[in-house]
Amino acid sequence: MGELDEIIKEFLVESNEGLDQVDCDLVALEKQPDDKELIARIFRAVHTLKGTSGILGFPLLESVTHAGESLLSRIRDGRLPMTPAIASALLSLIDFSRRAIQRVESNGSDSGEDGSSLVEQLRSLTGVSPSIGASADVDLYSGQPETHRLGEILVEDGHLSQQAVHEALAQQQSGDSRKIGEILVGTGTVVPKAVVQALGTQADVRSASSASTIRVDVAMLDRVMNLVGELVLARNRTVQFAATSADAGFLSTVQSLNLITAELQEGVMKMRMLAIGNVWNKLPRLVRDMAQACGKQVRIEVDGSETELDKTIIEAIKDPLTHIVRNAIDHGIESPEERRNAGKPVEGVISLRAFHEGGYVNLNISDDGGGIDVERVKAKALARGLMSSEQLARASEREILPLVFVPGFSTAEKVTNISGRGVGMDVVKTNIEKIGGTVDIHSKVGQGTSLQIKIPLTLAIVPALVVTSHGERFAIPQVSLVELVRLDATSGSKQIENVRGAEVYRLRGNLLPLVRLDRQLGVEDRSATDDNLQIVVLQADGRQFGLLVDEINDTEEIVVKPLGKHLKNGACFAGATTMGDGRVALILDVRGLAQEAHVVSENQRAMHGESLSAVANKEDRQQWLLFKAGANARMAMPLSSVQRLEEIRKSDVERSDNQDVVQYRGQIMPLVNVAESFRLEQATSSDPLEVIVHAHRGQSVGFVVSEVLDVVDQTVVPELSGGRAMLGTAVIQQRVTDIVDIDQLAEMALKAAAQPSAALIGA
Amino acid sequence: MAAAQQLCTFFLNPYFFGIEVHKVQEVLRPQDITRVPLSDAVVGGLINLRGQIVTAIDLRGCLGLEASRNEDSMNVVVRTEEGAVSFLVDEIGDVVEVEDGGFEPPPDTLEGPVRELVRGVYKLKDQLLIVLDTAKALRQKNEEAELRPATE
Repeated sequence: MGELDEIIKEFLVESNEGLDQVDCDLVALEKQPDDKELIARIFRAVHTLKGTSGILGFPLLESVTHAGESLLSRIRDGRLPMTPAIASALLSLIDFSRRAIQRVESNGSDSGEDGSSLVEQLRSLTGVSPSIGASADVDLYSGQPETHRLGEILVEDGHLSQQAVHEALAQQQSGDSRKIGEILVGTGTVVPKAVVQALGTQADVRSASSASTIRVDVAMLDRVMNLVGELVLARNRTVQFAATSADAGFLSTVQSLNLITAELQEGVMKMRMLAIGNVWNKLPRLVRDMAQACGKQVRIEVDGSETELDKTIIEAIKDPLTHIVRNAIDHGIESPEERRNAGKPVEGVISLRAFHEGGYVNLNISDDGGGIDVERVKAKALARGLMSSEQLARASEREILPLVFVPGFSTAEKVTNISGRGVGMDVVKTNIEKIGGTVDIHSKVGQGTSLQIKIPLTLAIVPALVVTSHGERFAIPQVSLVELVRLDATSGSKQIENVRGAEVYRLRGNLLPLVRLDRQLGVEDRSATDDNLQIVVLQADGRQFGLLVDEINDTEEIVVKPLGKHLKNGACFAGATTMGDGRVALILDVRGLAQEAHVVSENQRAMHGESLSAVANKEDRQQWLLFKAGANARMAMPLSSVQRLEEIRKSDVERSDNQDVVQYRGQIMPLVNVAESFRLEQATSSDPLEVIVHAHRGQSVGFVVSEVLDVVDQTVVPELSGGRAMLGTAVIQQRVTDIVDIDQLAEMALKAAAQPSAALIGA
Repeated sequence: MAAAQQLCTFFLNPYFFGIEVHKVQEVLRPQDITRVPLSDAVVGGLINLRGQIVTAIDLRGCLGLEASRNEDSMNVVVRTEEGAVSFLVDEIGDVVEVEDGGFEPPPDTLEGPVRELVRGVYKLKDQLLIVLDTAKALRQKNEEAELRPATE
């Protein structure tokens, strides 16, 4: 590559950066037209662009930026007020320059577009004939070194008038060999202190732009990052190996290797970090243009733009962020009239907030617009068949809102060219999740919508929990981890309960659906017992579930490597990593795993939904087990009083002391026929018997029912006070259902067994 | 003079196979293999190749031969467009030089999955050397992989 190519390459990079900054500054300037510093910064950037494109021979770029510079110099000198028309013209100048730079990048020349009308527009706004504008400009800069001259700084700081600098310059040119600062102090136009201060500023600017930073190729950084990843793995291995050694010298060497590697890793990660402001800088311009196009007034507020993120992640969230902001303007913020009628400020606000928390970066994007109408989402969900009306009636707002992330889901009444086509929010979610992040949505009608995005700092190295299942190790990214539960070794299996084929665990009163990792992965060893199982409580898509594994090993920093193309079909794995001992371990994709697990059992999915609503409404809701007793009586009992559901063969039923009993887990369990107890019409008896096992004062009692129907989750208010062993009657699933007082029933059944002749519920 | 080429040979008992030597990156002794649950049957697992994670293909499975124990399998690592892939084979042979004169397309009697993956046969002095089409072996697997979700 020739030297000129190098220079042009640098010019491209610098110009693009400069233009991004100008974009931002211009939008800011519109809001604060008197901000001298902003004007000066924009002016300098445009001036630099003009100068460099002149030197490198891009005449088109030079001519338009020259016109822009003239206009800016007049604004800077206070001879022209900043107007929206000027802002628009300057923004189109920036866009034009960007296109020209793109052309330089792709085919080495800036030509290919007619800039004359833009130049005309800028000149007419400048309000002077071309020659005067140009000469004023030359006047100030001819024969001078690069920007940041002392005089300029003094003028910006407000110590001097432009006029005084011109006079001093004239004096210098006419033979005065003293420095400009000295001349100015000499003539008494400025105090020495101001000059010293200005000199400091000048030095800062100079050093900042040259010595303290260097540009490094991203590919180079990536390579270093990969190598550090390898080093971390080698370190892990060495540390593991050192555990078997007793050599003190070796151990201390390993110790320092360990520390240095950790620091190096941190350092390299920092090198790749970019402030999120790099993405946000583009948003003010977007908001301005979009708001104008939609006829709305929108202001953007940012907080925490210095929050740093890995470069790859910055790239990955760029589009989703843009999309969210677009959506907020198009659908969220109302038109000025609507806002006025609703008693809100006419100008809508979109606020962006970023902050670090626990190794993750939280992004909060909220608007104060109309919010999402849950009812409309429901109607749409029903129309599209995403949920049944029954499910919708039960679902909480927290469950409804995420439906907007479903592909093709749009509640917008009209499709605009900006959004409302239903593609978008799903893309946002997919992209965020692709990088291991999560999206949460909250909305209040009339008050606005807010999106919470949680993303990892970096993708390359993640902390993970290593578990063993069926002899194989698996890594679980810690972002999905909620807690660990160790099942008691002796009674492990008893704590895992079974509701209609779905295994659950009672975690602090709530039922946690369980997924057996080995079964899910199809490597189950059926001979294995349930002893010594561990539950890893995981969270995916806002739902918790327990993953049953054989062993929980350790937490480890792992380097995520993608799986080869041949293995892309498995939804359960997010990648693979090499462990300390050099073997490969698979990284579980918690979300994929959860989804797969639901597909496996329809029942389990229902359970899942239930337990979730139970969590959301635990104050006033309870889960009920619905069953049929006799030929057609529908009954319900609280699920919490159900220990297990069993099927018992008739041949296993024995008779003892005038009572049907069965040997159950080393106990003799009395069987109570519910239909008989309530003197209901008997159903044709089935084999095996459906038995609901209930623990009554430490004794298991089996209730024989004709069919277990369902588990429902709702508020049940018994209406009629029932007879004995009956809490009352309620409407569940649109059917009249008797609520059984299970304890009383058990009591009576056991008493009846003691007094053989009496009918159970007689008097 | 007939064009000669070199083949890296290996055994999938009782057959004798060859792959063009320039496609082979390296040959490794038996490695620790991590099985991948729910993957295609022909995926033997994953191996750690100096920090790089490489998919191991159970070539016996690919060819419809009865399975052997993966733990004892040698690895023939081949370069593909999608990065390195390792073929699990029973035994490694020599690098042999063959001449086009001795080449014949697969015989008509050859049937089943083997025929699909075989480019042809070299008649060596004392045995037949089957030339494997690595690209096809991998593609077949990918197609299967793509079909899988639909059939689930």
